[in-house]
Amino acid sequence: MNAITRKLVDLRDWVDERFPLMSLWNDHIAQYYAPKNFNFWYYFGALSMAVFGLQIVTGIWLAMNYKPDADLAFGSVEYIMRDVDWGWLIRYLHSTGASAFFIVIYLHMFRGLMYGSFKKPRELLWILGMLLYLMLMAEAFMGYLLPWGQMSYWGAQVIISLFGAIPVIGTTLSEWIRGDYVVSDITLNRFFSLHVIALPFALAGLVMLHILALHEVGSNNPDGVEIKKLKGPDGHPLDGIPFHPYYTVKDLMGLSVFLILFSAVVFFSPEMGGYFLEANNFIPANPMQTPPHISPVWYFTPYYSILRANTVNFLWIDAKVWGVVFMGLGVLIFFLLPWLDRSPVRSIRYRGPLFKGALGIFVVVFVILGYLGLLPPTAERTLMAQVCTVIYFLFFLLMPIYTSLDKNKPVPERVTK
Amino acid sequence: MRILIATLLLLMAPQFACANEGGLKLLKADVDLSDQASLQRGARLFVNYCGSCHSAAYMRYNRIGADLGISEELLKADLMFTTDKVGEPMRAAMPADDSKEWFGVTPPDLSVEARARGEDWLFSYLHGFYKDPSKTTGVNNLYFPGAAMPHVLWELQGVKRAVFSTHTSPEGMQTQVFEHFENEIPGTLDEVQYERATRDLVGFMVYMGEPAKLVRYALGVKVLGFLFIFFVAAYLLKREYWKDVN
Repeated sequence: MNAITRKLVDLRDWVDERFPLMSLWNDHIAQYYAPKNFNFWYYFGALSMAVFGLQIVTGIWLAMNYKPDADLAFGSVEYIMRDVDWGWLIRYLHSTGASAFFIVIYLHMFRGLMYGSFKKPRELLWILGMLLYLMLMAEAFMGYLLPWGQMSYWGAQVIISLFGAIPVIGTTLSEWIRGDYVVSDITLNRFFSLHVIALPFALAGLVMLHILALHEVGSNNPDGVEIKKLKGPDGHPLDGIPFHPYYTVKDLMGLSVFLILFSAVVFFSPEMGGYFLEANNFIPANPMQTPPHISPVWYFTPYYSILRANTVNFLWIDAKVWGVVFMGLGVLIFFLLPWLDRSPVRSIRYRGPLFKGALGIFVVVFVILGYLGLLPPTAERTLMAQVCTVIYFLFFLLMPIYTSLDKNKPVPERVTK
Repeated sequence: MRILIATLLLLMAPQFACANEGGLKLLKADVDLSDQASLQRGARLFVNYCGSCHSAAYMRYNRIGADLGISEELLKADLMFTTDKVGEPMRAAMPADDSKEWFGVTPPDLSVEARARGEDWLFSYLHGFYKDPSKTTGVNNLYFPGAAMPHVLWELQGVKRAVFSTHTSPEGMQTQVFEHFENEIPGTLDEVQYERATRDLVGFMVYMGEPAKLVRYALGVKVLGFLFIFFVAAYLLKREYWKDVN
């Protein structure tokens, strides 16, 4: 050991006597045993953390030059794109990062569905994850108002006015959210505050809780086998390997592939054909002129479709109210998954045809709803959205039945491969 | 799973530009941002024909000079009609209140118009003017019916007449379908020259919409090159560490 290394070790020990440095490092990284059979689907948790970091860093630099003022906001974004050194890159990293965040989160959630990662004892882990998803939606929604283009403005106008549909308190509630009778400078200012302080703070805290809960119960795996059941003489799971260095190097490889795809979008197609940056948003917000077609960004469109699919006034309640109710339920129903699923088997690998079929149909329906939400409604599209909405909810509501009836395969004692 | 991926890929396919009325197919602009001479010609057309009414308030003259290789002297002599300071943005020569009174609307700022409309729409729009005595400007536009803007490039293109045919549906609904244009008064440019000029102009507007586009692709290639090497290193590192697993 040379002099410098010795000094560093001394420093580490000095800190460790006053702060649980080594025990934190060991509990969560070097001695956290993860199943050795993680596959492709297990990259997205680490990747969503990476994207979160990217959004925080690029966000800090954007906020240095952005002006949360209805008269200046649009121009300040163009100022960032033109006059700020590397501003265009920082902005594209942030705007592409928003969509990338939802891509990795959706894949991460789908992984949970496939391998039963929400099932006992990971219910709380799942709920914390769902809270993260809700927070992320709020974060993205508020961030989208900031460029103050036509889509920013009218998207926010439409979504906030939905709260007005709630009986009795609706009008007051939507005015409370906006701080005004319409989306205005006041709304922009408070959304900026929530977008850069409150929600990122809440997200960071929830990420910490999500990881703490994960490390308490341990990671699930593609076989859905509990690796803690079989331990070696050293007390470590037989099928487990330390997160560091095995998964740190593996996630580094995953990150490099992700960055290649991500950079391809950032440098060669930051608008992504209008899905990541909408053409209409290059027109400054104009409260006097409603665009002919308003649609939210792609990651909200499945729920937007469910909202629009409700066209019938039912039980003396307005169709718009039902739309809001079902849109809300469409997100919230995910919270109940750990209790809706009655199967003794976690992983799709050992589940019967009923669950496999149901999950497959659910994914297709989710994608179709998302696609329809991007398009202006027609009679046929609305009908299709209605059929898909019914199937969407049946996936959850019938789950206790089809997961009990399913013919599962025997689950192996240990992880395969 | 394969169906799922195919559906996702289909969703990712670029949205087709269909911003025009009546389902007309847009003309292809085919601008080339690497052609600096074309962008310079476009800049000159822009300040001469667009800049009197339209501003481009996010575009500074000296940025154009630096990006398109135009010296400050040339900028001042050829492109700057509204200010003497090269650091100033491009403002319209005409006061906004006057243009509002004369045209009914304030001509929009064109800084990011190419991003809002798309290059093909702009190119088509510049080719879409035809004579229509019922309009106060004397012209209408095939791709933007009822446009408030007169055909400012008419000297170059000349005046065209649009030939429509009337189609009657089984229900007796009559619709006008565009057939073709006919030349009425020739312009100073022939068809090919006018196409080149408008392509130059639209190219300049695409550049103006996002000046970073001139460097974005080249930098992207370098970044991807680096990331690919990084991936190979990360892959080899992972393989080395994972040798003893299984």
